Amino acid sequence: MSIDVAVFGVMFVVVLGSSIAMLFARNAVHVALFLVVTQIGLAVAFLLEGAYFIAAIQIIVYAGAIMVLFLFVIMLLGVDRREALNEPLRGQRPLAVGLAALLAAEVLYVAYKGSDLITTGGGSQALQDLNADPGNVKALARVVFSRYLLPFEVTSILLVVAVVGVMVLARQMSAISPVSARSGSSVADKEEAA
Amino acid sequence: MSGLIDAIGPAVIIALVKVLVTFVMLLGITLLVVWAERKIIADMQSRVGPNRWGPFGLLQTLADGIKLFFKEDFRPRTADRWTYAIAPIATMVPAFLAFAVVPFGNEVTIAGHPINFIVSDLNIGILYFLAMGSLGVYGIVLAGWASGSKYPLLGAIRSSAQLISYEIALGLSLVPIALVAHSLSTLDIVGAQAGTIRNVTFFDGIPVLEQVANIFRYVPNWYIWSQWPAFAIFLVAGIAETNRPPFDLPEAETELVQGFSTEYGGIRFAMFYLGEYIHVVVISAMAVTLFFGGWSGPGFDFLPWLWPLFWFFFKTALFVYLFVWLRATLPRLRYDRLMWLGWKRLIPAALLWIMVTAVVNTEGVSRNVRLGVFAALFLLVLAVVLRGDPRLKEAVTPQRRRTQGRLSRGAA
Repeated sequence: MSIDVAVFGVMFVVVLGSSIAMLFARNAVHVALFLVVTQIGLAVAFLLEGAYFIAAIQIIVYAGAIMVLFLFVIMLLGVDRREALNEPLRGQRPLAVGLAALLAAEVLYVAYKGSDLITTGGGSQALQDLNADPGNVKALARVVFSRYLLPFEVTSILLVVAVVGVMVLARQMSAISPVSARSGSSVADKEEAA
Repeated sequence: MSGLIDAIGPAVIIALVKVLVTFVMLLGITLLVVWAERKIIADMQSRVGPNRWGPFGLLQTLADGIKLFFKEDFRPRTADRWTYAIAPIATMVPAFLAFAVVPFGNEVTIAGHPINFIVSDLNIGILYFLAMGSLGVYGIVLAGWASGSKYPLLGAIRSSAQLISYEIALGLSLVPIALVAHSLSTLDIVGAQAGTIRNVTFFDGIPVLEQVANIFRYVPNWYIWSQWPAFAIFLVAGIAETNRPPFDLPEAETELVQGFSTEYGGIRFAMFYLGEYIHVVVISAMAVTLFFGGWSGPGFDFLPWLWPLFWFFFKTALFVYLFVWLRATLPRLRYDRLMWLGWKRLIPAALLWIMVTAVVNTEGVSRNVRLGVFAALFLLVLAVVLRGDPRLKEAVTPQRRRTQGRLSRGAA
C-alpha cells in the first residue's frame, strides 16, 4: 500500500465524516467548524492530485476567509444558541431537494463520463498545459488571464455587484428600522428580550 | 536495519527526521526566546529578571512549563466542551506548520543523500505560509466563543477583525517579492538573493563616484534594498498577525481582562503561549528569508555547513529582539486607529507598491533606471521622515477629525 492510498483513505473518512456530522450538528458554530474541516480535507484532496496552487487557494479563501467571516457573523448576531427556523422564502425546502437531486445527477454523470468530457470539450490543450507545470501557478495564470479572461472578469464584476447590492439593501433596511440596523448586538439584544 | 530503511525508502526517513528535528528545534528556540524576552525587558526596565533556575535563569521557562503542565485542568461550566479543548491546539498547530517552508541552512550531503535544511520545498511556499497564517485565526476565535464568557468573546471578535484586515496587507506585501523572484518557492527566493550587488553602471564615467560605486561589490544582493516598502508593510502586518504589542488588542488587559485566553489555565494556556512565540519566530524567519537573504552570509572553510545555520539564526534572533524591543517601548494602539492603519494606509500602500514593482521590472527597463527609481523613492521618504513632516505626526483619523471639528465649532 503506497502512502498516497493511505492519505486518500484518511482524507476520504475525514471529509465524509465531517460533512455528515455537519448535517446533524445542532449548534451553528459546530456546523461552521465541521465545514472548515471539510474544506481542509478537500485541500488535501487537491494536494494528492498535485494541484498545490488550488490547495493553497482552497485554504486561504474558503477555510481562511469565508469561514472566519461565517463564524464572525454567527458570534456577532448571537444565533449560536437556538436555530432560526422561520424561513422567509416559501417553498424553499422542496426547491432545495429538487436542485440537490439535479446536482447529484450532474456529479454522477461527470464521474461516469470521466475525462472524456474534458477532452471532447475542447479544453484538452489547456489541461495538458496545466498538468505540465508542477504546482500549476504559471500555467493557470496564463490560461485564466488570456483564454478565459472574459469569464474571469465577468465573475469579478458579478461579485462586486453582489457586494454593492447587499450594501444598498442593508441601507434601505436601516432607513426602515434604524435601531436594529445600527449594530449587530442590538439585534441580538432584541431577540433576547423577545 | 538496512532492510528496514530500504523497505520504507530513504525519502520517507529523511522527511520524518526533518519534521522531528524541526519540531524539537522550535520547542528549544521557544524556551530561549521566552527567557530572552524576560531578560531583555527586565534590563530595559532596570530589573534583574529571572535568575533562579540554571545559569542566568535559563531554565526558568522550563520550570514554568512544568508548573503549567501539572496544574489542575479546569473548564468553566458555561464553556462549550469540545471547542474549548480544540482551540489551543488550533492556535499552536498552524504556527508550527508554517515553519515547514522556511529554509534555515544550505544543502548538505549525508550518507550520499543531498539534504536541504527545509522541511518541505513547496513550489507555492509563500502561499502555504499565508494559508497557515489564515488558519491561525481559528484558535483565537474559537477560544473566545467556547469560553462562554463576555470578555473572551469581545477579544475574539476584535481579533478576528484585526487578523482578517492585516492578513490582506501581509499577502499583498509578498506579491512584489514573487514578481521579482519569478517564483513562490522560498528556496528559489533565497537563491535569487545569493551573491553581491554587481555591475552597478549608474556612475560610470564620473571619476570619483565610479570608485565609490565599487563598494556595491561587497553589498549582499538582498531584496531589502529594492523592496524595502514591501518589507515595511510585511513587518507591520506581521507584528499585527502575531497579536504582539503594539497590536495586542485581542488580549488588551486594561479593557478585556486577558481577552480570548481569560478562561484558560494550565497546559491549555501554555499552548496559546507556545503558539504565540512560535508565530513570532516564524514571522522573523520569513522576514529573513524573503528580504535578508535567508541563510546567506560569509562562510569559512572551518565547518562549512555550520555558517549558513549560524547566519540564519543570527538574523532571525535580531528580528525576535525587535519584537521584544517594540513590546517594551510602544503603547497599545486604539482599536479604530488599528483599523485605520490597516485599511487606509497599509493596503493602499501595498497595492501601489505592487504597481510600481510591476512597471519597473518590465522587460526592457534597464537596471540603471530601476536603481534610479528606487534611490529617488528612498531619498524622498528619507527627506519626509527626517524633516519630521507634521502631516505624519498629526495623521488625520476619523476620530481626530471629529474631535477637531467639535473643538473648532465650540470655539466659534
